[in-house]
Amino acid sequence: MEYILIIIAAIFVNNVVLAQFLGTCPFLGVSSKIDTSLGMAGAVTFVIVLATLVTFLLQHYVLNPLGLVFMQTIVFILVIASLVQMVEIILKKLSPALYQALGIFLPLITTNCAVLGVAILVIKKNYNLLEGVVFAGATAIGFGLALVIMAGIREQLELANVPKGMKGVPISLLTAGILALAFMGFAGIVK
Amino acid sequence: MSHIYQLTKGIIKENPIFVIVLGMCPTLATTSSAINGMGMGLATTFVLLSSNTVISLIARFIPDKVRIPSYIVVIATFVTIVDLVMQAYTQSLYESLGIFIPLIVVNCIVLGRAEAFANKNGVFDSMLDGLGMGLGFTLALTLLGSVREILGNFSVFGLKLIPKEPVWTAGQFFHDPMLVFILAPGAFIALAYMIAIFNKLKK
Repeated sequence: MEYILIIIAAIFVNNVVLAQFLGTCPFLGVSSKIDTSLGMAGAVTFVIVLATLVTFLLQHYVLNPLGLVFMQTIVFILVIASLVQMVEIILKKLSPALYQALGIFLPLITTNCAVLGVAILVIKKNYNLLEGVVFAGATAIGFGLALVIMAGIREQLELANVPKGMKGVPISLLTAGILALAFMGFAGIVK
Repeated sequence: MSHIYQLTKGIIKENPIFVIVLGMCPTLATTSSAINGMGMGLATTFVLLSSNTVISLIARFIPDKVRIPSYIVVIATFVTIVDLVMQAYTQSLYESLGIFIPLIVVNCIVLGRAEAFANKNGVFDSMLDGLGMGLGFTLALTLLGSVREILGNFSVFGLKLIPKEPVWTAGQFFHDPMLVFILAPGAFIALAYMIAIFNKLKK
């Protein structure tokens, strides 16, 4: 039951992009086609879950016992950066097909603040390992959901007659704002 | 002349928010009030200035292949300094900015300036560039924060613009501020219109 609550809260109520503003850069940058946004969502899910797992273990078995909590930011970002590199190399060797699908998105993920954000949030919220991983997975699904919805809207938007000054970034932001408004309707489902 | 340009270009001509559109996450998340936006902007300015300075000094000693991780370590060091200093001296601001202080590390502007400017220019120019970009970022965040605070709470920097019980009752508008501008959707909508206006003015 607890886990279901965590999942629903992370996907709908506190959607990572539309309510917490994590990962807005790829959200605005990559979400112009449904195919690419699905690829991005897949890659992000993979990295977020893996990064949360590794950073959780590091925090509880290395940083906390040694009293190095102030090193959290530096350690986490290094772990994420090297993890992304490693995933890229392993994927290239093991599964060229998957690498073809996800490859181009992987380098972008290091600077996706959702990855570092989730890793820090899991520590801040005092989740245990399983809760943390479930939270990370659900957050990533929420990210993918927002990305795919946005891509669907933007594909339609290309046909619309947008006022000159609003073309490009402003209309995307406005669309995201209306989406966020819609997602606010989920508030109150949990608690 | 060119030194002055390095400093001022970040404020209007290459403003990181309105023109380059980088670093959206903290921009949207921390501007629920003018003071939060300004705090975030100043913290980022410090990190930008310091990391640009250090990176321009050490860039020539770093092998090309490991330059990004090296820059990230430099940036993360300064972010940790900001994090600890803010926790000690500005407790309430620290709490309202929350997770977005450590997330300055992944702010695209900081790494972007390191990669695009600091590693191929001199120390002095890099410092000016970092300071200018930081000030442009701060200005944009403060402006966005003010707009959202005015619309959403009828106040700027915590100062009420109209008395609690308005004497002139021009309809419901002046009774209830548009709370949505403090909440998540307001961030997107306010920024969308601000960029649109900025595009219009720039022409």
